[in-house]
Amino acid sequence: MNGLDYAILLITILGIAAYGTWHTRQRHTFKTFLKGSGDTHWFVIGLSVMATQASAVTFLSTPGQGFQSGLGFVQFYFGMPIALIIIAVVFLPIYRKLNVITAYEYLGQRFDMKTRLLGAAVFLLQRAFGAGLTIYAPAIVLSKVLGWPLHATIIGSGIIVIIYTATGGSDAVNATQKYQIGVIFAGMVAAFVLLWVRLPAQLTFSDTLTIAGAMHKLEAVNFSVNPGNRYTFWTGMIAATFHMLAYFGTDQSQVQRYIGGSSLRESRLGLMFNAVCKIPMQFFILAIGVLLFVTYQFERPPVFFDQVAWHERAAQGQKEELQNIENKFAVAHEQERQQLEAWVEARHKADPAAESAARSATMEASAQVESIRKEARLAVDPHGKREDTDYVFISYILDHFPHGLIGLLVATFFAAALSAKAAELNALGSATVVDFYKPMVKTNASDDHYLKASKLFTIFWGCVSITFALCLSLAENLIQAVNIVGSLFYPVMLSLFVVGFFVRRIRGTAVFWGALLAQVVVLALFFTVPGDRLSYLWYNVVGCFVCIAASFILQKMLRPASANSLS
Amino acid sequence: MTETPKPSDETTGLPGLRTWRRVYAFVLITFVVWIVLLVALTKAFS
Repeated sequence: MNGLDYAILLITILGIAAYGTWHTRQRHTFKTFLKGSGDTHWFVIGLSVMATQASAVTFLSTPGQGFQSGLGFVQFYFGMPIALIIIAVVFLPIYRKLNVITAYEYLGQRFDMKTRLLGAAVFLLQRAFGAGLTIYAPAIVLSKVLGWPLHATIIGSGIIVIIYTATGGSDAVNATQKYQIGVIFAGMVAAFVLLWVRLPAQLTFSDTLTIAGAMHKLEAVNFSVNPGNRYTFWTGMIAATFHMLAYFGTDQSQVQRYIGGSSLRESRLGLMFNAVCKIPMQFFILAIGVLLFVTYQFERPPVFFDQVAWHERAAQGQKEELQNIENKFAVAHEQERQQLEAWVEARHKADPAAESAARSATMEASAQVESIRKEARLAVDPHGKREDTDYVFISYILDHFPHGLIGLLVATFFAAALSAKAAELNALGSATVVDFYKPMVKTNASDDHYLKASKLFTIFWGCVSITFALCLSLAENLIQAVNIVGSLFYPVMLSLFVVGFFVRRIRGTAVFWGALLAQVVVLALFFTVPGDRLSYLWYNVVGCFVCIAASFILQKMLRPASANSLS
Repeated sequence: MTETPKPSDETTGLPGLRTWRRVYAFVLITFVVWIVLLVALTKAFS
């Protein structure tokens, strides 16, 4: 990165943060701080919901996911339109009718205080960890490739977001997110166009698709019924629907984004905007990864994309072994490139026999390249747990994009990190004050007192998430890590609300213990069943059904006792 | 000068999609179209 890149990065990030602080300088009531001023337009709500979900991980890690595994990850979003319609029809009108600030207030009104506290506590636990991940994920990648100190990157970006979120609250989050998502879209569209332009001149659109398809990168839909497959049509349609229902319907970081609309209509339209746009958006981001894959068939990539880890390993006495792997990779990649060019030429000459032979030879060469990349992964980490897919996109940006655009794309990642983290801190502060502090610690204080408490708790959670981020260490692909953490806790949150909305006869005590049992079952599944036998997305379904079934049984057992005590 | 009244929650305010039922149908149809296109892409290039 040069001076121009740094100028673009700083102006964009600090400019938007300063705007958020200035724009909301006169908002001073407790309710507007947490819920917004109530005049938010549906388009802003839609962008805000989108920006909250799409953290830096989405833009940094998803192209790497597309590069490695193709378009299949898009199936994770199949549950979203259905889930958002259910939320717009059932969840949202109830939240608005009860005029709640947090979703967990509903649990208190429908069940009892302990169930409300359980919902809020599970939210705080998983979201605090999630907020740590939100800030850690881009920091680890960007600090490595840009040579910035990791801890300073985490603390610096954390402080920026704490300042404008604690100053302006929900309105500041909305106001900044709309510009941050603008920067994000500009960066991603620019990256897509530049990648497309940089493809070899002889490659037509049809050639590009054929090469990507032959190498299994265009398998967008998989109808396998194997529960160990992480992303299939069925996990997308069933398990991901539960996951999205929990995330959008019960996670305060999302609920807070849409309940602040000026009317039910604005909130609903904001959700429907996401229901329509999310699948094409994710498809587009994954397609960047696929384009990157095709580009790297003609240009030799590094054998291991996390070059910092690669050089560290070389410095630990493995220089010769790694050099051998690099040499083998260079030869294998050159062979693959030559076979590919022969294949493309045969296609253009419409020679089916030559095309078929060249295609087979390309597939063999490609398998050889892939096996050397696996060897490289094992050389860096003998357990094979070290992934380099998160470094694919950022490495390409830094090595091939012009200055100015590099600054814009790094700004894109930071804008995404800040927008998601701001919403999380805003929600963590709200839930702490509304669900814990106000009903349990200071019941009859003034609005001004609660406003100050909200700001202090926002700062507190910002510091907690920075501390989490400073202690984290991950081997998983980042985008998957975020979703796995969510799936461990979402089943319990969702089941509390599902029972509340749809099963009238179940009371607080039954659902409380049912939810705790479901949490134990989900954690037991996570620690005992290997991920390749049961996709983490199914935890959402299992946990939800365990809670509902257990609540029914407990309610039946509790009813005689309740009847006796009444009599 | 009279101010244009704000649409109520029952109406969507969208031209062509005046009821919520139509909005949800539109979302679902768009979703189905996406699935069909993605399946076609998968089948065509696998």
